[in-house]
Amino acid sequence: MAAAEHAAQKHPYHLVDPSVWPLVGSIGGVVLAFGTALFMHPDMFGAAHKDSIAALGVWKIAPGILIVLTTMWFWWKDVIRESRTYHTPVVQLGLRYGMILFITSEVFFFMAFFWAFFDASLYPGAANMPGRAEATGGVWPPKGIHPFDPFDLPLMNTLILLTSGTTVTWAHHAILEGDQKNAVRGLLLTVLLGGFFTCVQVYEYANAAFGFREGIYPSTFYMATGFHGFHVLVGTIFLAVCLFRAMKGHFKPDHHFGFEAAAWYWHFVDVVWLFLFFAIYWWGMGNAVPAVH
Amino acid sequence: MATGTHAAHADHHDHTPGFFTRWFLSTNHKDIGTLYLILAACAGLLGGAISVYMRLELMNPGIQLMGWHPNPGHHWNAMVTAHGLIMVFFVVMPALIGGFGNWIVPIMIGAPDMAFPRMNNVSFWLTAAGLVSLLMSLFLGEGAGTGWTIYPPLSASGHPGPSMDFAIFSLHLAGAGSILGAANFITTIFNMRAPGMTLHRMPLMVWSILVTAFLLLLALPVLAGAITMLLTDRNFGTSFFNPAGGGDPVLFLHLFWFFGHPEVYIMILPAFGIVSQITSTFSRKPIFGYLGMAYAMVAIGVVGFVVWAHHMFTVGMDVDTRAYFMAATMVIAVPTGVKVFSWIATMWGGSIRFTTPMLWAQGLIFLFTIGGVTGVVLSNAGVDIALHNTYYVIAHFHYVLSLGAVFGIFAGFYYWIGKMSGRQYNETFGKIHFWTTFIGVNLAFFPMHFSGLAGMPRHYIDYPDAFHLWNEISSIGALISFASVLWWLFVVFHTLTAGRKVEANYWGEGATTLEWTVSSPPAFHTFDELPKISATAHH
Repeated sequence: MAAAEHAAQKHPYHLVDPSVWPLVGSIGGVVLAFGTALFMHPDMFGAAHKDSIAALGVWKIAPGILIVLTTMWFWWKDVIRESRTYHTPVVQLGLRYGMILFITSEVFFFMAFFWAFFDASLYPGAANMPGRAEATGGVWPPKGIHPFDPFDLPLMNTLILLTSGTTVTWAHHAILEGDQKNAVRGLLLTVLLGGFFTCVQVYEYANAAFGFREGIYPSTFYMATGFHGFHVLVGTIFLAVCLFRAMKGHFKPDHHFGFEAAAWYWHFVDVVWLFLFFAIYWWGMGNAVPAVH
Repeated sequence: MATGTHAAHADHHDHTPGFFTRWFLSTNHKDIGTLYLILAACAGLLGGAISVYMRLELMNPGIQLMGWHPNPGHHWNAMVTAHGLIMVFFVVMPALIGGFGNWIVPIMIGAPDMAFPRMNNVSFWLTAAGLVSLLMSLFLGEGAGTGWTIYPPLSASGHPGPSMDFAIFSLHLAGAGSILGAANFITTIFNMRAPGMTLHRMPLMVWSILVTAFLLLLALPVLAGAITMLLTDRNFGTSFFNPAGGGDPVLFLHLFWFFGHPEVYIMILPAFGIVSQITSTFSRKPIFGYLGMAYAMVAIGVVGFVVWAHHMFTVGMDVDTRAYFMAATMVIAVPTGVKVFSWIATMWGGSIRFTTPMLWAQGLIFLFTIGGVTGVVLSNAGVDIALHNTYYVIAHFHYVLSLGAVFGIFAGFYYWIGKMSGRQYNETFGKIHFWTTFIGVNLAFFPMHFSGLAGMPRHYIDYPDAFHLWNEISSIGALISFASVLWWLFVVFHTLTAGRKVEANYWGEGATTLEWTVSSPPAFHTFDELPKISATAHH
C-alpha cells in the first residue's frame, strides 16, 4: 500500500505505515505493571496463592520487560529501515525537535529527585519537622551516615564521563568528514568509557557504608544516582547501536541524526552527573567524615 | 483566519486500511483522534456513573447506597478517587487534547498528519493501558481512597494493598503517553505548518494546544518522579515522605502540585481554544485581540508554574510563602480576564447565531467565569484557611472543570461532528442536550457553595442533617445531568445514523479555518498537496 499512497504525496513529510508495535508495547506496559504489583504484593489473590506467587520471585516482571524490549527492538529497527527513504531534511528537523523535547522532559524528571534532595539537605533540622530533626540529628549528612569521599571514585567517574564526552565529539567530527574508521574508534571508546563508568558505580554501590533502606540520605542518594545510572545504561546501549551502525556505514556526513540524538542524550546524562557530583557527592558531604574503602 | 486555496482537492487516492489495521495499528491522526474520543466517552460514562452513585449516597444523611460495603467510608473515598482520576486523565485530557487536538490541529495548520504518527498511536494505547491499570486498582485490593492527589502518609502506610500501586502505575502509563503526545504536538506545530502559516496566523485552537503541550511536557515528569518515590516508599523501604526516616510528607504535596496546578490549565486551555473558534465563527467576526488572546494563554501557562502552593495554604507554610503564592495566583486572573473580555468583544457588533456549539461555548464563558471568581476568593490565603477542603472548593473546581472543560468538549463535539462524521446533528436535539445539562449541572454544583460556606467538609460519606437541603438539591441536579448525558448518547446515535449529510463548510462565512476547506469527512490523508496560506481575512 505504501507505494500507491506515497506516489500521490507532494510534500516532504513522512506518513508512517500502520504498525503493530504501539499496541504491543502498551500491552507490555500493562503486563509489566501487573507483574511488578504481583512482585510487591504476592498476597494479591489471597493467602491461598501467596506462596506459589512469591516463589516466582522477581521473574514476575520478566514477561512485561520482554514485551517492552521486543517492541523497542522492532520499532527502532523499523525507524532505521525507514530512515534511508523517508527521512527528508524536514523530517530530520522534526526528529531534532522531538529529541530536544524528550530530553527537556527528562530534565524535569530529574528535577523531582533533586527537589527531594535539597528539601532534606537544606533543612535537616527544620523546626516545624521535629520527626525529621530527630531522624537526621539536625545535620546533613544525617548522623551515622558516612558518605563517599567525592575526590575518590566519584571524581574518577566524573573524569570518565567528561572524557567520553570528548570521544563522542571525536566520532561526530569523523562522521562529518566521512571518516568511518575514526567514527568507529571514537564510538568504541565512548561505549567502553560508559561501560567503565557503570562498573565503577556498581563497585561503589557494593561497597557503600549505608544501605538503601537506612533513611533519607540513602533514599535521595540511591534514587538520584540510580536513575542516573539507568540513564547511563540506556545511553551506552544507544551509543552501542550507533557503533554497529557506524561499522555498517549507515552514517553519512549530511545524514546521521541517529548518532546526533545519541550524542545529545549522552551529553545530557553527563550534565546530570555533574549536578549529582557537585550537589550530592561534594556539597552534600558537608563536614562529614567520608567512609574509607 | 487565513484562508487556504489549494486545499479542497479530490480524495481519489484514499486507501483506507482494513478494520483491525485501521483501528488498532493506526498511524492516522484522524483515526487516532476518533479512538481518543471513544475512550473519553466510555471513561466519561463510567466516571459519570460513579458521580451519580456518590450523589445518591449523599442525597440523604446517613449511610444510604454504600452500606453493602464492609467499610463504607473507605468505599466512598475509593469512589471519589476513581471519579477524579478517571475524569482528569481519561476523559478531559483524552477528549480535548488527544481527541480534538489530534483531529483538528494538523488540519488547521495545513499538515498531512502529526510529526510522529506511530508515536501518536502509542500515546493513545498507553492512555488505554493507564485506564486498564486504574480499573485493576478498583478491583484488585481494597481500592485507593486517597483522592486524586494521593497524599502520603495515607497513600503510603495508609494503603498497604495493591490498589494504590495500580493507581500509581496508571499515572505512570497515562503520563508517559501524554509526554510523548506533548512532544508530538509541539514538533508538529513548530515543524509542519503549511507555507505562509506563521505562528501569528495560527488559529487560537492551535495556540491553545501548543501551550498545553508545553505544560504537559514540563509538569508530568515531575509527577512521574514524585509517584516513583511514593512507590519506593511504599514497597522498597525508602523514606522520601516518611518523617521517621528523615523524609517529609509536605515534599510530596509540593511535587504533586508543581504538576497539579499546570494540570488544571492543561484541562481548560484547549477548551479556551475551542471557545475562541466557535465564538468567532458564530459571531461572523475575527476574534477580538487575536495576539492578546494567544499570549494570554502563554501567560496563563507560564504563571501557572509558579502558583502551585496555593493548594497547600493549610499545610503550615510560613506567612511570606503564603503571601507570595496568594499574590501570584491572583495575577492569573489578569490574562484570564483578557480572554473573557475578548470573547465578549468578539461578539460585540457581530452577527450572532446561537447554534448548539455557540450555546455550549457561551455557557462555558459564563460558568467558567463564576468558577474563576470563586477561585479568586479561594486564592486568598486567609479565607482559604476556612474554606480549604470544604464543598466550596468542590463547587469551585467543578465550575471550571465540569462546567468549563466539559462544556468545551461538548462545544467541540457539536462544532466538529459534521466535519468528523460527514453527518450533522439535529439542532433541536442538541439544544435540548445543552439546556438539560445547563440546568442539571448548576443545580448540582451551585448549592455546594452554600454547604461549603456552612462548613461541610469533603471526603466524607455522611453529613449532619443541617446540610440536607442543599445536598438533596445537588443530587437531583446530578440525576438531571446524567439523564442529559444519556440523551447525548442518543444524539450521537441519531447523528451517525440519520444525520443530514454535510458539505465542506456547513457553518458558512464565519468558519474560516482550514478544516472548513476540506470535505466532511476529510480524505483519509488530508493535504497530499500542502495548502498555501495568505494573510487575507484575519483569524
